[in-house]
Amino acid sequence: MDMAVIELSRLQFALTAMYHFLFVPLTLGLSFMLVIMESVYVITKRPIWRVITRFWGRLFGINFVLGVATGLTMEFEFGTNWAYYAHYVGDIFGAPLAIEGLMAFFLEATMVGVMFFGWDRLSRVQHLFVTLLVALGTNLSALWILIANGWMQNPVGAAFNPETMRMEVTSFKEVLFNPVAQAKFVHTASAGYVCAATFVMGVSAIYLLRGKWTNVARRSMMVASAFGLASALSVVVLGDESGYALTDNQKMKLASIEAMWETEPAPAAITLVGLPDVAGRTTHYAVKLPYVMGIIGTRSLSGKIDGIEELVLRADERIHSGIIAYDAVEKLKVDRGNIAARAAFEAHKRDIGFALLLKRYMPDPRKADDRQILKAAWDTVPNVPVMFFLFRGMAALGFGFIVFFAMAFYCASACRFSKRWFLKIAVVMIPLPWLAIEGGWVLAEIGRQPWAVDGVLPTFLGASSLSVPQIWATIIGFTVLYGTLAVIEIRLMIAAIRKGPLDHHEPMAQTQGFAPLPAE
Amino acid sequence: MHIPLDYETLRVIWWALLGVLLIGFALTDGYDLGVGALLPFVGRNDEERRLVINAIAPHWEGHQVWFILGGGAIFAAWPFVYAVSFSGFYLAMFLVLAALILRPVSFKYRSKHADAGWRNRWDWALFVGGFVPALVFGVAVGNVLIGAPFRFDSDLRMTYEGSLLGLFTPFTLLTGLLSVAMLALHGAAWLAVKIEEGPVLVRARAMARIAAVATIALFLIGGLMVARGGMGMAIRGVVDTQGPSNPLLSTSVGAAGAWLNNYTAHPWMALAPVLGLVGPMLALVGITARRGWLNLAGTALATTGIIATVGCSMFPFILPSSIDPRSSLTVWNASSSHMTLFIMLIVTVIFLPVVLTYTAWVMKMLGGRVTLRDVRSNPDFY
Repeated sequence: MDMAVIELSRLQFALTAMYHFLFVPLTLGLSFMLVIMESVYVITKRPIWRVITRFWGRLFGINFVLGVATGLTMEFEFGTNWAYYAHYVGDIFGAPLAIEGLMAFFLEATMVGVMFFGWDRLSRVQHLFVTLLVALGTNLSALWILIANGWMQNPVGAAFNPETMRMEVTSFKEVLFNPVAQAKFVHTASAGYVCAATFVMGVSAIYLLRGKWTNVARRSMMVASAFGLASALSVVVLGDESGYALTDNQKMKLASIEAMWETEPAPAAITLVGLPDVAGRTTHYAVKLPYVMGIIGTRSLSGKIDGIEELVLRADERIHSGIIAYDAVEKLKVDRGNIAARAAFEAHKRDIGFALLLKRYMPDPRKADDRQILKAAWDTVPNVPVMFFLFRGMAALGFGFIVFFAMAFYCASACRFSKRWFLKIAVVMIPLPWLAIEGGWVLAEIGRQPWAVDGVLPTFLGASSLSVPQIWATIIGFTVLYGTLAVIEIRLMIAAIRKGPLDHHEPMAQTQGFAPLPAE
Repeated sequence: MHIPLDYETLRVIWWALLGVLLIGFALTDGYDLGVGALLPFVGRNDEERRLVINAIAPHWEGHQVWFILGGGAIFAAWPFVYAVSFSGFYLAMFLVLAALILRPVSFKYRSKHADAGWRNRWDWALFVGGFVPALVFGVAVGNVLIGAPFRFDSDLRMTYEGSLLGLFTPFTLLTGLLSVAMLALHGAAWLAVKIEEGPVLVRARAMARIAAVATIALFLIGGLMVARGGMGMAIRGVVDTQGPSNPLLSTSVGAAGAWLNNYTAHPWMALAPVLGLVGPMLALVGITARRGWLNLAGTALATTGIIATVGCSMFPFILPSSIDPRSSLTVWNASSSHMTLFIMLIVTVIFLPVVLTYTAWVMKMLGGRVTLRDVRSNPDFY
């Protein structure tokens, strides 16, 4: 296989997914904040809340289209660039994607039209209900996508079928109630809420600092500070860590985040800071906090946490076992009725993915010697320094948001957001959730390497049989297209923010040749 | 888990559902694409173009989900088809995606500035966003009928031996133009029921007349080329319709003219091409009689009939290989597992009616003809 094709495919996937995920978090959170704002309008019937809802709805709309547009690429990219992956796990992975379309995306996309165009056609309660359906749709959408992504991290409820040369579902219930997927959903959705709350805080703070639209800004900040505090707590407390004790690969992820080369005996300590040294397989200048890791990782003081070296040895064993399964599959390809091969396969099928790790070095894993197997076993360690520092950056930002929203919550009652220093902080905070969220995505995906699906399919086997120029063409194409759209989007956002919550029901100056500027 | 339907039945159901999804996409988002492609021709100034855009503005987003759902459902039910077609038609797929990405943005962003140059650029983006996908989808269907140059190795890894330019042959260009004509006709028919009487509607009717005649002509020529052009495949010997989904276990061979065999074996299938011809004629009657809804019903029948014709002609083939007949994907060798097909069927049976219900509700809530007065006064309009 051509490693350039694989690296470029990964680059393109990272570019398109991370770009898509610039818009999704704001959609997830802002949709619920619109529901809150509009609920206040429906209950109090005070027109200011209608103005507020429509204003944030306008910004929501500018952001929403790009989320939808770039989501298109994602739905097809598994087929275009990861065709073997699509074949190998499509039986399981395709289902949540299809259900997402049917159950969630249809709802949000159909209702969003009514939300924008139905203000005069629907009653207040009907319109609120439509807004609620949009919020529900976007969040359900995230749920199904994260069920799919959670399965890549912890592939439950599936087994390899040698007759079709792919993974097939054995229990849909397990796929659905995958604990890793559930934790991921709560973590990711909450992160989206934090993002939206920070955005609303920041934009409102700009208004307050300039003394513009203060009625709208202050009320928006009230909503955002409460919503933000709850979400910031949820991101950290219900964070992603809960699933890390489940499987060998999840343990490996935890060990690499902690740069924990050797097994940490009970009660396990957490490394706060340090300098991981990959070549020496050690971490210099580590500052450790006792007991904490045991509580996070095992929810106990008596559990030990496996280190990287021990997990590599386990991977080594599983590669040996996987080679037996691989050999059996090759025999079954020739003779479907080979009973001995069938028995060998059944005994070792759990490990067949590990044998595939050797395909990086040789076409036939059965020809590997012990040294090559050990080398492949060390491949199961993700990039430790990247994991170590990314995680710490993300966690620090996470705690930062809690502090920020606690302050905001306090300010809301103590000073009604009159302190300029706080408003300035709120403006500076605007980009930080995006930083944490994109970092979190990279952490999750780098942490799963070398696997596309943990323990099942190595990433380097998943790519399509494309040529390097083809992928360059689309990378350049997407970059130009997305780059242009990003510039336009940001300029329109700024223009809309600058214009403020003007409601265009008031007559506007007529320009010659064109009708008055519409709201959306 | 006990599965009450056998594998063969589920496969046939999912073959039919694949058709339902494609037709659903063409019937809904199809008219949005058609309207996009017609935009520069039926709207001559900004106000007229806004009239056209707002005739589809509240709905296109929901409609586009048919396309996304199509991708997801093919992934879930026909993973081989998903993997082979999208990686094989790689650059063509990129063209479609890029055009479709431009579309939502154009709708939303066009209205943000009154500047004529700005709006003109987005109008062209909307045209591209309608015309290019319509053309490429048609070209892709043409290539499916001819067969695509791919083969599997024993790990079922697919290699594709074609190029972007190789996708464009006289026949596939013809199917591409047929697709454009069909969707433009459908788009014009939507405008005929959705906008007020006036110069735009007069132009839309004129375009519809041309598109209807073109649809009939291209469909007939396309049919002749399918019959005489050496296309077609057949399965030799007995097929295990309940067997594992492994293309290499099948025994497909090339058989010129075989795409017509189903119509002798199952004469009821001839209903599809008949609809494909009667539909555009009905639309013509509707245009001449100024009966908007008859026009739209005609184009809906045309779209349904033409897409169903492709499916019926090829059954049980879904995506034949032109270089290695054995690798051809059929209903019997390219599906996902028995259990996945069943679970996805349950989900579809529950949620598709829900989707259709609220889509109809939205259509009703936002019903009525769009007028130039609305365009001038409604602050929510694009």
